[in-house]
Amino acid sequence: MRRFSLIAVPYLWLLALFLVPFLIVIKISLSDVAYASPPYVPQLDLTQGWAGLHDFFAALDFENFAFLTTDALYWKAYLSSLKIALVATALTALVGYPVAYGMARAPQEWRPTLLMLVILPFWTSFLIRVYSWMGILSNEGVLNQVLLATGIISEPLQIMNTNTAVYIGIVYTYLPFMVLPIYAALEKLDESLLEAAEDLGCSRLAAFWLVTFPLSRGGIVAGCFLVFIPAIGEFVIPSLLGGSDTLMIGKVLWEEFFSNTDWPVASAVAVILLALLIIPIVLFQRHEEKEREANR
Amino acid sequence: MRRFSWFNVTSLTLGFAFLYLPMVLLVVYSFNESRLVTVWAGFSTKWYGELLQNEEFLDAALVTLKVGLMSSTLATILGTMAAYVLVRAGRFRGRTLFSGMIYAPLVMPEVITGLSLLLLFIGIGLDRGVLTIVLAHTTFSMCYVSVVVSSRLSSFDTSLEEAALDLGASPFEAFRLVTLPIIAPAVISGWLLAFTLSLDDLVIASFTTGPSATTLPIKIFSAVRLGVSPEINALSTILIGIVTVGVISASLITKRAAVRQAREEQAAVRS
Repeated sequence: MRRFSLIAVPYLWLLALFLVPFLIVIKISLSDVAYASPPYVPQLDLTQGWAGLHDFFAALDFENFAFLTTDALYWKAYLSSLKIALVATALTALVGYPVAYGMARAPQEWRPTLLMLVILPFWTSFLIRVYSWMGILSNEGVLNQVLLATGIISEPLQIMNTNTAVYIGIVYTYLPFMVLPIYAALEKLDESLLEAAEDLGCSRLAAFWLVTFPLSRGGIVAGCFLVFIPAIGEFVIPSLLGGSDTLMIGKVLWEEFFSNTDWPVASAVAVILLALLIIPIVLFQRHEEKEREANR
Repeated sequence: MRRFSWFNVTSLTLGFAFLYLPMVLLVVYSFNESRLVTVWAGFSTKWYGELLQNEEFLDAALVTLKVGLMSSTLATILGTMAAYVLVRAGRFRGRTLFSGMIYAPLVMPEVITGLSLLLLFIGIGLDRGVLTIVLAHTTFSMCYVSVVVSSRLSSFDTSLEEAALDLGASPFEAFRLVTLPIIAPAVISGWLLAFTLSLDDLVIASFTTGPSATTLPIKIFSAVRLGVSPEINALSTILIGIVTVGVISASLITKRAAVRQAREEQAAVRS
């Protein structure tokens, strides 16, 4: 009995507040928009018994999904979310790898401090970290002032409200997600392998490419998934740093819901976004399982 | 003895400069006299004064704190239960669905979580406000708590619990007297994680709140949408300061506890 209630409490909570809401999203994505409150039809009317249930299901259709395929805005938003997430993930890996490498090669007694310095930003508000770039990148911002004062440029650079600013924002906020798995992979690397490679006549650079890099690939892949998956649905970064032409699907969903109050279309956007995410999520889980088995 | 190589020093310096310079600049400019954030006009603390007189921000901070405390406590209880079920309850019908529902919210985009909960609350006619934000935050942060707690639970020796049961403890007593003290550090870090997640959240709170409750991130977001503002810099500085002090003291406390535990274990072995 006690075991039953132990299972039932968290189970029912998640059913009611995670699974059911999600089913509602799917249902509304198949409904039609209406000028009513709530602004969609049909409503499930159980007072009419089976006839009501039948009418309810008969009124559902895939119109909203068909609409999403006809309006170029949604296609472009999906594609540009994918592109921005991909490019930003690659940039994060390029920035994160040297940092993780430096940490793993630092003297032993320094590593806990360095690790804490990487984790500390995690605890700081995401919103504030994104906001901190607004003062740097704007036309009168710190970056432009420094560049103008040193004479490198004569006109302020327009970075704020462009995709470049979005890339910088994603790299900045997701960097710890990339650094930590790469660091974990590099830290457990057996150094006698490198010594062996050098003894056998490898240059240091060749030893890096032939030994260190392939052995850290698991960490890089994990880091890339950890950046790519949340970056696709990102809302805060494109809406604060991006411009009006920065299309990202999280932003489109938000605007569809709050500005256009088209709930059925917003729900359809959410369903497709999730369908897109399932592929990388499944790949990521496979990767993690493979790593776990390799470590056994 | 290993030393830093010049390459490693350069990459670490550049990396950490990138991570910390934006926040340092934010702190520096919060003490700027001028309203134009980018023009330095001398040292001043006047924005902190204006911030403390801004009742909207104080109200929002109060709401955020209330939501954070309630949701993180609820999430810790539910998440610890869920972790216990995942690690110790063995097989039961619907276990796969259960573990799926624990892990899915971790990768679910916030916009979808927010949208789906809002549609639920409207569907069942629940007035949106503090209560609905607490429900929403509890739901996603209990999953983080259960991941943290279950990794601790699965790494410790079940024979300790079995010994307690053999010696006549009831299952609940065994949990309270043996299991809980061992997993306590994970439960505490789970609570802290849930609390920070709740304080941080903008997207889910924006979807699930009503006109009666505005949290600090919602307030900050609507203020900075229009551009950089010195009050927000001051507010950010205060928040960064709290987090830094909190994280550093927490790590010092855990370090000291670990040292003490190691010493006690050694003493126990010797005697």
